[in-house]
Amino acid sequence: MIALLARDLALAIRAGGGFGLGLAFYLIVSTLVPFAVGPEAAVLARIAPGILWVGALLACLLSLDRIFQLDFEDGSLDLLATAPIPMEGTVAVKALAHWLTTSLPLVIAAPIFGALMNMPAPGYWWIFVTLLIGTPALSMIGAFGAALTVGLKRGGLLLSLLVLPLYIPTLIFGAEAATRGIGGFENTTPLLLLAGITAASVALLPFAASAALRINLR
Amino acid sequence: MSTMTLEARDLTVSRGGVPVLEGLSFRLDPGQVLVLRGPNGSGKTTLLRTLAGLQPPMAGEVSLPPEAIAYGAHADGLKSTLTVAENLRFWARVHGVHDIEPALDRLNLQALRQRAAQNLSAGQKRRLGLARLLVTGRAIWLLDEPTVSLDRASVALFADVVRAHISAGGAALIATHIDLGLETEIFDVTPFKADPNAPSRTPTPFDEAFA
Repeated sequence: MIALLARDLALAIRAGGGFGLGLAFYLIVSTLVPFAVGPEAAVLARIAPGILWVGALLACLLSLDRIFQLDFEDGSLDLLATAPIPMEGTVAVKALAHWLTTSLPLVIAAPIFGALMNMPAPGYWWIFVTLLIGTPALSMIGAFGAALTVGLKRGGLLLSLLVLPLYIPTLIFGAEAATRGIGGFENTTPLLLLAGITAASVALLPFAASAALRINLR
Repeated sequence: MSTMTLEARDLTVSRGGVPVLEGLSFRLDPGQVLVLRGPNGSGKTTLLRTLAGLQPPMAGEVSLPPEAIAYGAHADGLKSTLTVAENLRFWARVHGVHDIEPALDRLNLQALRQRAAQNLSAGQKRRLGLARLLVTGRAIWLLDEPTVSLDRASVALFADVVRAHISAGGAALIATHIDLGLETEIFDVTPFKADPNAPSRTPTPFDEAFA
């Protein structure tokens, strides 16, 4: 499984691997919002955590269809299915690779992009923490959606439609925890719910995704 | 090695819910090469995928030892931005094998080892795909048209690899139309062709995914 993770990471940073696509999209969203909303510092500071969360979610969505599609097209997925790695392990590793190459850069960049929107100082910490807790769920749910749509040509639209509703709880609790944290309010409850969604996704969805993959490989 | 026998009993395989071959029974013992014959679309690939466990049989059963199958498909599972050695090393590590040098030697890939897979010719890619079989350490090879795009010298190379594999107690089921020059038995699937229009064979679209 470490071999699979190492290969996916190597592929992501080679030419055409798509590494940085999500990050570039995130930067574009973060820089365009102040132009659209206007330069009022107070307004920007208030909407910053929400915008950063929506931006991270959409940037994450952008690269989901690559998780299994490329392996499906070149036959690797068939061969992985007959390899000694359990399918659930393959799914979990590929979701982890997606998180490391797409979501983790967003988590690290979010505080920096927050500065572009005049986010108050506590926000740097809270946006980092909430994204760190919440993005594993985004990658794992995305891997499940990608597994469902892997056999379809141009399945990206269907994938987005399937995955977006599942992303909403993570978005609500993540943005709520960040907003409350910035305002200096108690935010343990949304943080725990956010962590709960992540824990449940990581624990359960590899099984669902591997079942979906097996059906799509037939 | 008696446990390394692949056996199919009264097997029916289906593609898209429609049976393509039915009533198949055969054995593949260690040291044996069985060549599958049949016209295009006769279900050879479907049979191989079923035996590899990628899809369930529609009826009948397959008995085979666990983790004994190495499946060689039409697609070689290569990543175009990785080099020959990196591609092969990946599959070796997945199967818990550490040494890729013998496989590179046997399929004459040493000179190409640092070349990215996207710069290989079709025949070179195929040779790399076949080298993957050697690093799986698996006993039963299921090969789907393994000699496509190979030149005559490479076909001979491949035949040598199969010969060495079976003399080491392995077995191979090969769907191919060319003569490999091996001591093989021919298994023609044409007589087992299923009649898709049989009245009992109306596909049931609803539970296909959950069958």
